[in-house]
Amino acid sequence: MRRLLAVLLENEAGALSRVIGLFAQRNYNIESLTVAPTEDPTLSRLTLLTEGDDEKIEQVTKHLNRLIEVVKVNDLTDGAHIERELMLIKIRTEDKEHREEIYRTCRIFRGDVVDVTPDSYTVQLTGPTKKLFAFMRSIGETSILEVVRTGVSGIARGDKILEL
Amino acid sequence: MTEMLSGGEILIRALQDEGVDRIFGYPGGAALHIYDALFKQQRVDHILVRHEQAATHMADGYARATGNPGVVLVTSGPGATNAITGIATAYMDSIPMIVISAQVPHDVIGTDAFQETDMIGISRPIVKHSFIVRSASEIPWLVKQAFYIATTGRPGPIVIDVPKDTTDPNELFEYSYPESVSLRSYKPALKGHSGQIRKAAVAMLKAKRPVIYAGGGVVQGSADDELVKVARLTGFPITNTLMGLGSFPGDDPQFLGMLGMHGTYESNNAMHHSDLIIAVGARFDDRVTNNPAKFCPGATIIHIDIDPATISKVIPADIPIVGPAKPVLADLHASLEAEMTKHPIDQASLDEWWRRIALWRQEHGLDHDQRDRTSESGQLLPQQVIQAVYRETQGEAFVTSDVGQHQMFAAQYYRFRKGRQWINSGGLGTMGFGLPAAMGVQFAMPDATVVCITGEGSFMMNMQELSTCMQYALPIKIINLNNQALGMVKQWQDMQYSGRYSHSTYSDALPDFEQLIRSFGHHSFTANTIEELDSVVEEAFSPKLKDKLVFINANVDPDEHVYPMFVRGGSLEDMVLTKGLA
Ligand SMILES: Cc1ncc(C[n+]2csc(CCOP(=O)(O)OP(=O)(O)O)c2C)c(N)n1
Ligand SMILES: [Mg+2]
Repeated sequence: MRRLLAVLLENEAGALSRVIGLFAQRNYNIESLTVAPTEDPTLSRLTLLTEGDDEKIEQVTKHLNRLIEVVKVNDLTDGAHIERELMLIKIRTEDKEHREEIYRTCRIFRGDVVDVTPDSYTVQLTGPTKKLFAFMRSIGETSILEVVRTGVSGIARGDKILEL
Repeated sequence: MTEMLSGGEILIRALQDEGVDRIFGYPGGAALHIYDALFKQQRVDHILVRHEQAATHMADGYARATGNPGVVLVTSGPGATNAITGIATAYMDSIPMIVISAQVPHDVIGTDAFQETDMIGISRPIVKHSFIVRSASEIPWLVKQAFYIATTGRPGPIVIDVPKDTTDPNELFEYSYPESVSLRSYKPALKGHSGQIRKAAVAMLKAKRPVIYAGGGVVQGSADDELVKVARLTGFPITNTLMGLGSFPGDDPQFLGMLGMHGTYESNNAMHHSDLIIAVGARFDDRVTNNPAKFCPGATIIHIDIDPATISKVIPADIPIVGPAKPVLADLHASLEAEMTKHPIDQASLDEWWRRIALWRQEHGLDHDQRDRTSESGQLLPQQVIQAVYRETQGEAFVTSDVGQHQMFAAQYYRFRKGRQWINSGGLGTMGFGLPAAMGVQFAMPDATVVCITGEGSFMMNMQELSTCMQYALPIKIINLNNQALGMVKQWQDMQYSGRYSHSTYSDALPDFEQLIRSFGHHSFTANTIEELDSVVEEAFSPKLKDKLVFINANVDPDEHVYPMFVRGGSLEDMVLTKGLA
């Protein structure tokens, strides 16, 4: 099962490498990982996408909590939550007609063209991962020159927050 | 008046303020400022070892015997990497230890400087936590945190990496040591959940075939008294893991012996057929459970452990209790007493259970007096050696061991009375642990009888420390069960590889142990027969040699196997009991 974990971590040198090391050492998988300091500069927040059944996620959570610098762990997939990912995608454009088609698709997906050359568009798109994949399928593999994705960030819906 | 100290002085001063009176170490370039600070004071005694691995095992033995963290000081690069095996050993057995590793100066970190190694990176998977010093001014706070983290919750080793520039004698800082420490991200449990404890008590009183399964957490958590009280109150059978030996008196009829791969017949059978297992400070290691899918099929599991990550890691717990063994067992005792007024123990079932256990014991229990046994070859038997040492020391010595058959014979036949008396590397299984660990114990307990039961293979992995023993006049008694082979490896080769001894023997290449030991100024004896054994054991432990290191080279039957041994992939009741029946 796909799981999205939110982790609050002391914003200290070496803390992130302990999280990553733990996943490697215990043979857990990291699909994607995003990390940046929070509104409190002494804390970092990670969103970590992994796979596993309930038992495995319980173990992952316990082992994360065992790391001294981990302050809090929450499985976002336990409840209603919002997931977003940002993608920058460079698309080869052929003729005027093709450019218009790409542009239309981009509008449908609420993406922004952030850079233009005679032969390419660079598009910025945010949304759940599924939406990014749907966009790539619509563009067609042959036109895609380069894709950069940030990985998933997540937050719980409603008033629930991850705090100290 | 504020004191102005250099980083090196601050480090040593912080150790003093933490109550450290002894550290184990070995100098080198990056550590020299620290060593100079050591030279200029008297309160912290430094023990000069001959190899950094041995320093870590000494600190480890010191910690296991006293419960206080052991402290190690090594230089950067090879000094640090040599310490790794000892750090991993401590980590696997949850031993509190502080390892201070010197590092190259900040301005050359990352340049592959001379003797630079990424100690934080290398040690990451085998430490509870680690720190690198950025400035001398933060040293007191880091040291305070290191000791706090090492000794609380599930204990473990901590590395403090100290770049040379932060110990510069020419840069002075104000010194003060923090009085207390509290970390928002680290809050170990101090007590167990009272509702869960009551649930456990009720389950225990309903049980018909209960077994208490106590491990190293009871020893490290100094909870032997509380364990004994719970066992006495209930009258339940009790078994120990390799790491838990001593937490319940080994010669007590209520004790089933060790469980697991080389556990006793009655203990493994009782576990397998039980309806309730009370696991305390034990982690369902694979050397205990055998095949987890076949583990104790009819048992409800109560699991008490300080580390939530240990609970349900291997075997799902029905009643998990997170907390230190000592307060949890004390609360459990109180809860049992209260509940017993409502639901008394099912004594009839318990009596019936003890009758079954007595039968198992009678059928294949360990023979604790093998004096009259003779092996096919007529040679001395390793069990006889352990039993002679047990008798001579009246079961009261601190016993360290290495890894192999000799370790298992010691665990089976030396019946420990108290926790901390038995010191061995259970989790990592580190050959070479025994001698330096015994040294650490002897440093902590100068008047105690400290015995190292070793095999010639393990002994040769850290025998350079005989020189350290000479320097500090350590009166350790070393019992070498010399079977001229890597006996445990050879036993597996007998049982699983049709006796193909691939690289497990070296009988024509062993040193003359008597001469070797004497060359370091120690006393040495050889025993080939039971009569010789009796006389050298008596002499070794006599008042005359009380202050001397004595080495007994016991030439034992190389063909002896350790039994019982569980059948790989089977359940706990699947055991091989003698040769040829595998
Ligand atoms: C450092 C290390 N290397 C290898 C092993 C694997 N090993 C386990 S027991 C053993 C043989 C030990 O020989 P010895 O010390 O003579 O003890 P014996 O089994 O003969 O009593 C070996 C090689 C180990 N445990 N530790
Ligand atoms: Mg041997």
